Amino acid sequence: MTQPLNRLRETASQTGGPYVHIGCIPSFAGLAGIYPEDLGLRAIGDNPKGEVIEITGSVLDGTGMALRDAMIESWQPDAAGVFPGQPGADPEVNGFCRFAADGETGEFRLRTVKPGAVPWPDGRMQAPHIALWIVARGINIGLQTRIYFDDEDNGADPLLGRIEHRERVETLIAKRTGPGAYRFDIRLQGPGETVFLDM
Amino acid sequence: MSLIPRDRSAHPPALDPGYKTSVTRSPNLPLLALDSSITEETGPTFGHGLIGPLDNNLILNWTRGESPAIGERILLHGRVLDENARPVPNTLVEIWQANAGGRYRHVKDSYFAPLDPNFGGCGRTLTDEQGYYQFLTIRPGAYPWPNRGNDWRPMHIHMSIFGHAFAQRLITQLYFEGDPLIALCPIAATVKDRGQLEALVAPLDMAASRPMDFLAYKFDVVLRGTRQTFFENRKDGM
Ligand SMILES: [Fe+2]
Repeated sequence: MTQPLNRLRETASQTGGPYVHIGCIPSFAGLAGIYPEDLGLRAIGDNPKGEVIEITGSVLDGTGMALRDAMIESWQPDAAGVFPGQPGADPEVNGFCRFAADGETGEFRLRTVKPGAVPWPDGRMQAPHIALWIVARGINIGLQTRIYFDDEDNGADPLLGRIEHRERVETLIAKRTGPGAYRFDIRLQGPGETVFLDM
Repeated sequence: MSLIPRDRSAHPPALDPGYKTSVTRSPNLPLLALDSSITEETGPTFGHGLIGPLDNNLILNWTRGESPAIGERILLHGRVLDENARPVPNTLVEIWQANAGGRYRHVKDSYFAPLDPNFGGCGRTLTDEQGYYQFLTIRPGAYPWPNRGNDWRPMHIHMSIFGHAFAQRLITQLYFEGDPLIALCPIAATVKDRGQLEALVAPLDMAASRPMDFLAYKFDVVLRGTRQTFFENRKDGM
């Protein structure tokens, strides 16, 4: 016999299902009015410091079809690499945003500021990135991934450096398509499968 | 502070053929497992100013207190804890559910059970200093869904919990003690560990019910914990 560890197990995840919007983005589901506005509607206020950018993309299933019921959350620091809640954080950056794939086209849109760099636990700097969390019908546990940017120096990023199959690094890098505009598609499985994280 | 790495055996696998939609929506390749960084260890916080007085009362929040929803009145309550068994205070808990007939108020739900004009179907609250939360709602109905020939969802409420770190984010579903449809449900069956599935079933809690008013069901939630050691944030091998 041994001493008991007295730890609890994390509650099992279950799919968000097709109606995740009712709970998380009620206006999107047709339930405007219960709350003054949906939570996480905007990643930024009117006058954030730094470059305002817009990231567009789709979440694609194994057949290449865009999910029209996905819900995504993002979390990031301000342009100086300070997270909301930390001293000196830009009050115009909420850091957190919630957005849905369009019910017809499956396209999502995130308007935010280009994040600053933040440290890795060992003190090295990570390249600028935005954390994503993706839920939908058919996804049994929310998927973690990150958006990096193709116009930043990603060469020394500790996380990207740990991706064994080097051609898969590209799946985490948004492509600049115009001034302040980026494209970032998420492939759930199959050719070009996005690198998902367990962190 | 580093998060305890996720015990994936506590969760459903991404691919479970019994739940058909998971077949094309599950990553095939292994997840990249790494220790958490500040991006994962921080997260949004929400203040009490966010929460309206009826936000955790689904019986009344759709009609703004005018007219109660149809159905069996219940109190859903419990605590949010972490793996170290410590309460998670001031964290946002959101729920959504079908009405008493098993119909969701959603643009894409076309089940012919009627909408309840007095029921919206979502609510939210913050846990208190001890991690405690409560909702007043109605017990949702079971409903059919397209999967195999004749699949029905057991009575369930969807729940989203934030915690204090973005990588603690969790969405789950809670079921009701005694519902025979739980054992038949392919989505409940994605949870392979029997104890973990039982932990999703809320027991009837007569002590918390109110005579002549509502029954109560208790549902505790456990989020990922943080590693409590003095040996943090060192370079490899140092
Ligand atoms: Fe449901």
